[in-house]
Amino acid sequence: MKISATILTILAVLCLGGAALAAEELLGAGATFPEPLYSKMFDVYYSQTGNKVNYQGIGSGGGIQQILGKTVDFGGTDAFLTPEQLAKSPDNPLLHIPTAMGAVVVTYNLPGKPQLKMTPDVIAGIFLGQIKSWNDSRITGLNPGVQLPGDPIVVVHRSDGSGTTFVFTDYLSKVSPDWKEKVGAGTAVKWPLGLGGKGNPGVAGLVQQMKGAVGYVELSYAKKNNLPYAVVKNRAGNFIVPSIKSVSLAAGASMPDDSRVSITDTDTKDGYPISAFTWILVYKEQAYGNRKASKAKALAKLLWWMTHEGQKYNADLLYAPLAGDVKAKAEKIIKSMTFNGQPILK
Amino acid sequence: MRRERLFRNLLQLAAWLVGLNVLVISITLFWGASPTLRHFGPGFLWSSHWNPVTDEFGALPFLAGTLATSFLALALSLPLSLSMAILLGEFLRGRWLSNVFKSLVDLIAAVPSVIFGYWGLMVLVPWVREVEMQLMPLGQRLGIEIMPYGVGVLTASLVLAVMIIPNTASIAREVLELVPRDLKEAAYSFGATRYEVVRSVIVPYARSGIFAGVLLSLGRALGETMAVTMVIGNTNEMPANLFAPANTMASVIANELAEATTAIHYSSLVAVGLVLFLVTTVINFIGTYIIKKMTVQA
Repeated sequence: MKISATILTILAVLCLGGAALAAEELLGAGATFPEPLYSKMFDVYYSQTGNKVNYQGIGSGGGIQQILGKTVDFGGTDAFLTPEQLAKSPDNPLLHIPTAMGAVVVTYNLPGKPQLKMTPDVIAGIFLGQIKSWNDSRITGLNPGVQLPGDPIVVVHRSDGSGTTFVFTDYLSKVSPDWKEKVGAGTAVKWPLGLGGKGNPGVAGLVQQMKGAVGYVELSYAKKNNLPYAVVKNRAGNFIVPSIKSVSLAAGASMPDDSRVSITDTDTKDGYPISAFTWILVYKEQAYGNRKASKAKALAKLLWWMTHEGQKYNADLLYAPLAGDVKAKAEKIIKSMTFNGQPILK
Repeated sequence: MRRERLFRNLLQLAAWLVGLNVLVISITLFWGASPTLRHFGPGFLWSSHWNPVTDEFGALPFLAGTLATSFLALALSLPLSLSMAILLGEFLRGRWLSNVFKSLVDLIAAVPSVIFGYWGLMVLVPWVREVEMQLMPLGQRLGIEIMPYGVGVLTASLVLAVMIIPNTASIAREVLELVPRDLKEAAYSFGATRYEVVRSVIVPYARSGIFAGVLLSLGRALGETMAVTMVIGNTNEMPANLFAPANTMASVIANELAEATTAIHYSSLVAVGLVLFLVTTVINFIGTYIIKKMTVQA
């Protein structure tokens, strides 16, 4: 009896061990913005290849720290690394691989949920506290057909540090010198006025509760929850409705080879101006620590899959897929990954 | 005999582990906060600028927010929780109604704080907003700017006040029940009324215990994060008045830690945690001292 149990145990261990040899388990952590997309992608990837990928949405800051600490195979971030952050790994550079695009929209609580037109000046003016009521001529002038109330504007922003705030303030810094000087861009900033709500639901909740409130949320969140949002004038002078298509179009030809670029205030004709990439961070040279070649290969393959087959899940989950030129750049970056100096993917 | 010693050693080990835990936490906090402490010095405590973009950090707005909401909550809840304790511990002692009240109060302690936050946001905030609308003209006359946000110091204090009632009430009730029967009976035999007995015998006898309960609720209010963050407005500025939005130490840490990308921002958040830790410790020490002073020698 006892002997057979032992044999069974040994057999079980051998089987499990064998399975572990065939499949690699990859670990990632970082930005919360792409987490729903990554969960879906990794779920599909697991059922197709048997490779388990575990991603934890702990925030971009955490993702950067974890990849720098080499405790994860890849990090996720909504803000590309600063030169100072890149300098923390001088011998083995970190690569940025764009996986999806998102956008930030301006939402508001006004009677009849009108779709307002806004210019960069109006958005900056509202969030700087210079435009104080909805019937200000700067807003009504753009929206001749809309009946706007004289309610004071209550500004709502994110209270938690977030990539959404980074994208929004990065945009405002580009379009408004006043904003750039007084506030600047960051995952958390010193707001000139207004209330803070935690996460997209926190902001949306406060906006919906207060007449005349205005805030910013992710496009996907606004769409899922049927919130009204503004049409924004881009640099080319066109008023652009934020949509998956107009966000994809925001990635222009001026994409640098390392993909570290902010595409807010894009110069493309039909691109929505408050759009951004989200990236995965990996080391260029994968032979570090005690990593096996098989793991490095699994990681490179996963990234390739995410930027190709995986892209078809983007639109369903309201993320914009990578457009042609960006995809080509991403391919080149993935192909530059090496193991002991040898390219991993040919 | 050997078993006895083993048992004793196990107990000792557990006790040391607990003690060590506190020590390690404070060392970790000091360690994490040291870049900020070195860079800003003691000025970190009284600077009211919190700007992650320019890397300027000061803890004063959050220190003020934490102390204001906690003490206001205490002031608001104390009359309620003490009345409850006296009613249950003296007037309804042993009756079935006392048990009903007791379970209800204990139930408040069992409600998760996020539920309180939700209740605050959905019920209390619109209500406070109405009150603020009514108060706006009066405020204008007095030169106080009241914006009908609904969220802010007052709302956070109201939510906290409800949350900390059970901490004071149940401890106070228990110590009130411990007041020796002969003391009370002696007072009654002198012809004292119920009110006089409560006022001059029971409460003075139990005051150190009551204060211990108050201290416990203050501790809970100081550290409460979720419920506060949902209704305080999360504005990293000194609150101008009771109706203004503000932020607390626990809340700013919870909000900003995950996306703090610069080292000094991260360290400053840890430093805020250190300040919170120190404030709680100091209040506890003062409290223990007062409890000792107040204890009636039997």
